Amino acid sequence: MARITAGIATSHVPAVGAAVDMQRTEEPYWKPMFDGYEFSKQWMRENTPDVAIIIYNDHASYFGMEIMPTFAMGIGDSFAICDEGYGPRPVPVVEGAPDLATHVCASLILDDFDMTILNVLEVDHGLTVPMSLMFGTPDKWPTKVIPLPVNVVMNPQPSGERCLALGKAIRRAVASFDDDLNVQVWGTGGMSHQIQGARAGLINLPWDIQFMDDLIAQPEVLQYKSHLEYMVEAGSEGVELIMWLIMRGALGDQVDEVYRFNHVPASNTSVGHLILTPKDN
Amino acid sequence: MKPNFEQYDDIPGTTIFTMDLARQGFHLNQFCMSLRSAANRERFKADERAYLDEWEMKEDQKQAVLDRDFQRMLDLGGNVYFLSKIFASDGLSYVQAVSTMTDMNVEQYQAMMLAGGRSPDGWRSKKERGEA
Ligand SMILES: [Fe+2]
Repeated sequence: MARITAGIATSHVPAVGAAVDMQRTEEPYWKPMFDGYEFSKQWMRENTPDVAIIIYNDHASYFGMEIMPTFAMGIGDSFAICDEGYGPRPVPVVEGAPDLATHVCASLILDDFDMTILNVLEVDHGLTVPMSLMFGTPDKWPTKVIPLPVNVVMNPQPSGERCLALGKAIRRAVASFDDDLNVQVWGTGGMSHQIQGARAGLINLPWDIQFMDDLIAQPEVLQYKSHLEYMVEAGSEGVELIMWLIMRGALGDQVDEVYRFNHVPASNTSVGHLILTPKDN
Repeated sequence: MKPNFEQYDDIPGTTIFTMDLARQGFHLNQFCMSLRSAANRERFKADERAYLDEWEMKEDQKQAVLDRDFQRMLDLGGNVYFLSKIFASDGLSYVQAVSTMTDMNVEQYQAMMLAGGRSPDGWRSKKERGEA
């Protein structure tokens, strides 16, 4: 049967993707941040999953305002790279995992999560920047991907409770798939940042660190944090962190912390990164 | 549960992209989405006014785009991820565009970020700041 072997949390800052694409990762501004992912790249080489379910949000790159799904899943064979206004990132096409995706998506719908089904999807920096951080710059991505876009751009976003519960349902769905597959769940976005208005540039590192501690030790408490609190304390775009709750829900009750990294700033953002493994593995 | 979009009004210097604000900004944001193609970016840059007139946008929305007044665009229902397609067309980064919404120039804004960013202290509530 398929198993969830690890959860990855990471910010997905667009400028990080640009730094990779323009080979600027060794520059003084960027080097300390990329150094923080060296452990992870090595760990990932030793723990490459067959499939990564990547929870991310589209940033008005594929979805306009005609259709705004709260939770969606890409079940196609492959996913092209969006042009976000600067031309598409020069990264490999993202290969899907249609059999597992179909199974998980159907299972979630039967479990009362009304997923939007995406047979066609182009992915943006929310998904590709975490892949660059974890895999570097290969000619072909070493893992297949099930994209799971979440609306975090337009309020109301899904509640924290719903996100944690979705993660738990993903865990059940993966465990009921017959093929023997090593599956990771990645939660992306955050941490504190605000990229609009007179309050732009907000960073709250102590809050971010507490969020990580709570995500690990007491997600059942963390799930009740309101959207308002995310926005006030972690900036209007800090609400992306609800996506980390989905990843956490998919790991079961107890986790081991394999790795943790924080860095301020990358562009406008407090960068945070975790590698977690389920305790019962 | 009854929606409470008003609860976000007390956050200083912040425009939350709520479902009701998104309705006002629909055509503005759809125009932004069109700039995801290089051909449209070129057409827009060649004659901005003519390109904007192809969209069912309100005049004040069009003027805000022409002025690159991002705060005004937010107030009129734009969202920064949509608006990023405009500043990407201009060849600007997020930091360059975002800093224009603050009271700092881009160098001052960059320096603030390098020093750890803007502290939330004093920025949690308009009431607390005497702005409401
Ligand atoms: Fe994001």
